[in-house]
Amino acid sequence: MKKIICVAALFWVAFVPETFAGEANLAVAANFLEPARRLVARFESQSEKQLPHKVKIISGSTGKLYAQTIHGAPFDVLLAADSHRPRLLEGRGDAVAGSRFTYALGRLALWSADPKRINGDGRAALKSEKFQRLALANPKTAPYGLAAEQTLRSLKLWERLGGKVVRGENVAQAFHFVATENAELGFVALSQVLTYKKKGSHWEVPASLHEPIAQDAVLLTHGKANPAAKAFLEFLRGEAAKKIIRELGYARQAPGGG
Amino acid sequence: MNFSEIDTGPIWLSLQLAGATVILLLIVGTPLAWWLAHTRNRWRTCAEALVALPLVLPPTVLGFYLLIAFGPNGWLGGPVKAVTGSALSFTFSGLVLASTLYSLPFVVQPLQNAFETVGRAPLEAAWTLGASRLDAFFTVASPMALRGYITAAVLGFAHTLGEFGVVLMVGGNIPGETKVVSIDIYDRVETLDFASAHWLSAGLLIFSFLVLVFVYTVNRRLPVRI
Repeated sequence: MKKIICVAALFWVAFVPETFAGEANLAVAANFLEPARRLVARFESQSEKQLPHKVKIISGSTGKLYAQTIHGAPFDVLLAADSHRPRLLEGRGDAVAGSRFTYALGRLALWSADPKRINGDGRAALKSEKFQRLALANPKTAPYGLAAEQTLRSLKLWERLGGKVVRGENVAQAFHFVATENAELGFVALSQVLTYKKKGSHWEVPASLHEPIAQDAVLLTHGKANPAAKAFLEFLRGEAAKKIIRELGYARQAPGGG
Repeated sequence: MNFSEIDTGPIWLSLQLAGATVILLLIVGTPLAWWLAHTRNRWRTCAEALVALPLVLPPTVLGFYLLIAFGPNGWLGGPVKAVTGSALSFTFSGLVLASTLYSLPFVVQPLQNAFETVGRAPLEAAWTLGASRLDAFFTVASPMALRGYITAAVLGFAHTLGEFGVVLMVGGNIPGETKVVSIDIYDRVETLDFASAHWLSAGLLIFSFLVLVFVYTVNRRLPVRI
């Protein structure tokens, strides 16, 4: 008898609440995973009083999420690390036209798990070449990787340091290469540094050294009629979300823009 | 689409990695398989389970532990760095070591089976005729276990060629050093270069199929003889 009750209870927990509330699948670029978790927690606790929406997070490199989306992945909202791929999705009809907006401007940081390695200006740490590995996200697939490459090119260090570069599949992997001290230095998202528990040293890369990392959100065609997806995007545009995003190391508006 | 667009570097690198791994595995695997086939030690079952672990573990488990062990401050990477100047993560040697662990059961198990099939009788006969233990192994047991060796080498090679998860985690995607063909395919899929991904994938598919056909043919046709 006990068993039957247990099974029935599990069944209730697993399936029934969904029929009352909306549930959305949120595809998130790896750099924004931690902020997205916090935003979703806030969103869910806020919406609990009215409609208890649920948001499931799926994270990966923007390139991978894009490829999965166009091949029919059941994602409702995409928080990309660039504006290029959301625009492509709009063009293909895989995203709802007009739903795209910039939710955050990414900030790049040079980071080391060693608290003494970076003193103030990270350019010195790079130019000293007293390291064996410099981690960055793959510039071909990850916007933070591209920004890292642009930064090194602006500093005229790309050719010199090319032999030391290791490429993470996305910026999260670049970060864990550095966190596990397999690479002494790495270009990562500032928010990753700010939300990481252990101390290291970092340098906020001036935005003038690379193209802006405009991170766009878009409502995907799969989520066109999903109330939870629409409510989450609405929440993302609001003041509460803006505040969380700013605190976690992102700028909110384009430089020069209002 | 033509072949000139395909960078053959990752293919060669994969072949080198698989070759180096198989050689290392045959050297390490032979005594290990021999011991497993003949010992009555009570730890034998544990040892067999350890050897078989890579078959059931997700590559991420191995990759995670190796990433921690291989770094400049890791228990493996540290000493290696002290001697050679560079740690094991993101290096070709690191990949060889990782692949050796990952493909271990594919080499040890066929060898162990072969040695068990040969049994002790031919060896005991050789010993009574005055052959030393080593002599008996090389002139009697090894030739009789030839099928096992071929299966082990081919499977070890093919399995290393197909390795992905571990390399993704400890490789760092460095062209000419750790960017093997499976990683190259992944990159091309992510950058939507499907044409190249098709060529490389189909190549790997056909190659793997031929390898397995070869192994099964050998197992059926090759007679056991001294």
